[in-house]
Amino acid sequence: MLRDITIGQYYPVDSIIHRLDPRVKIIATFIYITALFIVEHFFAYGYVLLFLAAAIALSKVPLKFMLRGLKPLFLIILLTFGINMFMTKGEVIYQLGPLDITKEGVLQAVFMGTRLVLLIIGTSILTLTTSPIQLTDGIEKLLNPFKRFGVPAHELAMMMTIALRFIPTLLEETDKIMKAQMARGADFESGNIINRAKSLVPLLVPLFISAFRRADELAMAMESRCYRGGENRTRMKELSYHRRDMVAAFFIAALLTAVTMDRLM
Amino acid sequence: MDKIIRIKDLIYEYRSEENENVQALKSVSLDVKQGEFLVVIGHNGSGKSTMAKHMNALLLPSGGKVYVNGLDTSEENNVWNIRQTAGMVFQNPDNQIVATIVEEDIAFGPENLGVPPKEIRMRVDEALESVGMSAHRKKGPHLLSGGQKQRIAIAGIIAMRPKCIILDEPTAMLDPSGRKEVLETIRRLNKDEGITVVHITHFMDEAVNADRVIVMEEGNMVLEGNPKEVFAQVDILKKLGLDVPQVTELTSKLIHEGIDLPRDILTVDEMVMHLCQL
Amino acid sequence: MSIIIENLTHIYNPSSPFETVALDNINVEIKAGEFIGLIGHTGSGKSTLTQHLNGLLKPTSGKIIINGFDITKKDVKLREIRQKVGLVFQYPEHQLFEETIYKDIAFGPINLGLSEEEVDYRVKDSMELVGLNFDAVKDRSPFELSGGQRRRVAIAGVLAMRPEVLILDEPTAGLDPKGRDEILDQIKMLHGKYKMTIILVSHSMEDIARLVDRIIVMHRGAVALTGEPRDVFKNVELLENIGLAVPQITYLMKKLKALGKPVRDDVLTIEEAKLEIQNWLRSK
Repeated sequence: MLRDITIGQYYPVDSIIHRLDPRVKIIATFIYITALFIVEHFFAYGYVLLFLAAAIALSKVPLKFMLRGLKPLFLIILLTFGINMFMTKGEVIYQLGPLDITKEGVLQAVFMGTRLVLLIIGTSILTLTTSPIQLTDGIEKLLNPFKRFGVPAHELAMMMTIALRFIPTLLEETDKIMKAQMARGADFESGNIINRAKSLVPLLVPLFISAFRRADELAMAMESRCYRGGENRTRMKELSYHRRDMVAAFFIAALLTAVTMDRLM
Repeated sequence: MDKIIRIKDLIYEYRSEENENVQALKSVSLDVKQGEFLVVIGHNGSGKSTMAKHMNALLLPSGGKVYVNGLDTSEENNVWNIRQTAGMVFQNPDNQIVATIVEEDIAFGPENLGVPPKEIRMRVDEALESVGMSAHRKKGPHLLSGGQKQRIAIAGIIAMRPKCIILDEPTAMLDPSGRKEVLETIRRLNKDEGITVVHITHFMDEAVNADRVIVMEEGNMVLEGNPKEVFAQVDILKKLGLDVPQVTELTSKLIHEGIDLPRDILTVDEMVMHLCQL
Repeated sequence: MSIIIENLTHIYNPSSPFETVALDNINVEIKAGEFIGLIGHTGSGKSTLTQHLNGLLKPTSGKIIINGFDITKKDVKLREIRQKVGLVFQYPEHQLFEETIYKDIAFGPINLGLSEEEVDYRVKDSMELVGLNFDAVKDRSPFELSGGQRRRVAIAGVLAMRPEVLILDEPTAGLDPKGRDEILDQIKMLHGKYKMTIILVSHSMEDIARLVDRIIVMHRGAVALTGEPRDVFKNVELLENIGLAVPQITYLMKKLKALGKPVRDDVLTIEEAKLEIQNWLRSK
C-alpha cells in the first residue's frame, strides 16, 4: 500500500547527482520551481526540459521509476488539465454537451499540464537522489544563519530524523494493533463515517500510548549517550562544497537566466 | 584491581501514585572491579534496573553515594563524564536507535561528545567491527533483527570509548538466537577489550559464565558470589521465583535422594562427568 | 473444534520484487481438545500460519477447515470465525485502550452484539479464568497494573469471546520466571479444565516439553516435523540445524545414553530424569 508511493523515496545508487551537496540540491530545486513559473511560452519549456533530461540521465535513476511517481497524482494532473480545457474562453473548436472546448483552452491545458508534470518530476529528483539523513543535514545547515532570529535549526533537524526513523516502526505497530483488535471482533471497514471514526479509538489509543512510551525511552537513551542539544556537537560527515557543486550551481543559474530572458524579450 | 563503580549504602525512594513513599533500593552497597563481568539477577520490581540507572546518573540517590570512576554521580558537573565512562544499553532495541542509518546511529554518541569528524569515522568503523556488524553499516535499522539492533546499540556505546557497559535486560525481548548473539558480543568485549560489564537479566542461564553474580529481591542484595556458589542455593532461588539450569535442579533433587554429587553443577558436561564417576 | 489445513500457501507481495513465500503447502490436522506447541525460528512462518486460522490473513491458495466449515470461502462471516478462534498476540497488553479493565474486556463481547447481562457475565467469567479478582480490579485502569497482570487482562479480553480454539503467540515474552509460570499455569488449566484446543507458540523448549501433547516444527514456511514431544526431541541434529534446540535435560540423557549408560534418552522433565538416573545407579 504505502510502499507504492515513490515521492519522497530514496533511490540508492551512486551518481554525480547523488554526490552533490544536499544544500545545492535543495536550493537548485527551489530555483527550478521558480523557473517553471517564470516560463510563459512553450518554447521556454525547451530549456527546462533540456535541464531536466540532463539531470535525469546523470542521476542514474531509471526514467520508468520516476514516472511511477506520477501515478498517485494522476487525478490532480487530469483535473488541472480538464479545468483549463473547459474553463478558458476563446475560439470554440468542439462542443461536448454543454461544455465548449476552445483552442485557447486546449493550449492552456497542455501548458499547465506540462508545468505540473515537470514540477513533480523535477522535485522528485531531489528526494530520489538525496537520502533522508542528507536532506535533514542540508536543511539544518541552510537554516543555521537564521538561528539568531530564533529558528531552532538543530532541533528541527533532529525532530525530522527521529520522525523518519520511527515511521516504519509505527507503521508495523499500527498493523499489529489493528489485527489484535480485529481478532476481538473490531470492524474498521464498514459503517458510516461516525461509526468508522469511533472504531479508530481502539487503534489510536494504544498507538499513542506506545508512541509516548517510545519517546520516553528514546529520550532516556539519548541522554545516556550524552545528548545535550546542538551546542558543541560535531558531525561524522561534514558537508563541504566540491567542484561538481559549482558546476551544478552554474547550470541552474543558466536555466534561470534563460527562462527569464525568454520572458522579458 | 581498581574499582570502576562504588555504591555505598544506596537508598532510592520515590512517591507512588497513592502518594506513599516507596523504597526501591534499601541501602545497597556494591563495588564493581575494573574488567569484571558482573551479572545482576532478580525478578521485575526487585530494584535491579533502578540500581543500574544509578550507575549512569540517570537516577540520583535519595541516600548514600554512587561513584563511577571516582566521580560522585550526585555532582552535576560529573554527569557527562560519567555517562561516557559507563555507557548504558536498554531493553527495547527499537527505542534506543536514533538515526535512520546504522553507521549514523553509532556516530551519535561521539558526535555529542564533540569528537572531530575523522576520529568519529574511525571509531564507528572499529565499533561496527567489534560487534560484527560491518556488513550492515548502510542499512536502515528497521530492516535488522532484534539481536542485530541490540548489537548496534552496543556499538553505539563502544564508540564512546567507555570503560564499562551497563546492560539493562538487553535480551528480554529477543528470541533465542538473538539472545545468543548479544551474549557472545558482550562476552567478547569483556574478554578481548577488557571492558567491564554489568549485565542485568532475569534469565539465570545468562549468568553461568559471569565472574560474579548478585541476586536482588525487594530492593536488597540477597545472594552474592561466583555462579557456582549462587546456583548451589537452589532452594533459595526457587523460593525467590527464579530459575536455575535444569541440570542444577536435577542435581539438587538427586542429592535429596541421597546420591553423592557436588551441589555446584551448572552444565551438562559437568553432570555427565560426575555421574560417571559414581 | 477440529482444524484441518490443506495445501495452504501464502505469498506476500506476489509478483513484485518483494515477493516472499511465507507458507509453502502446509498440511496439518489439529484435533479438538489438543494442546499443540508450535515452534520454529523467527521468520519460519509461525505467525503467518496463526493469523490464517482466524481469518486475519487470506491464503494465496489452499483451504482451512474449522469444524467442517471452510473459512477460506469468499462468503464466510469473519466475525464468526474470530469468535471461535481466539488469537492472543505477542505483548498483548499493548492493545489495551479502555479506561477500566471491565470496559476493555467487554470490548470483544460488545462487538459480538451480546446483551448487557451476557457481556457482564462473560467479563466476570473470563477475569476468573485468568485469576483476576473481579470486584477488586474491574474499575481500575489497566495501565496501573504490573506488566504480568496487564497481560492477563489482555488474555481475558480474548477469552471473553468464548473461543473454542485459543492461539497464544509467545505469551510469556518479556516476563520474569514468576510471571511466566503464572501465565503458563493458567493456560494449562484452560486446556485441562475447560477442554479448550490450545496452540502455543514459544521459543522455550523447556516449556513446550512440559506442557504440550504434540509439537509442530516450522522451518522456512513448511512443516519440518510433527509428533509427540518425546519423538520430536529425539531429532536433536535436525532441530539444531534449523536453529532450535532441545531441553537441557534431554541433552543430558542423550549424552549418558551415548556413553552406553542404561538410561532412556526420550526424557522431557526433571522428575523423569531423576527416576531414570536413580534406576540406573541402583542397578549398578
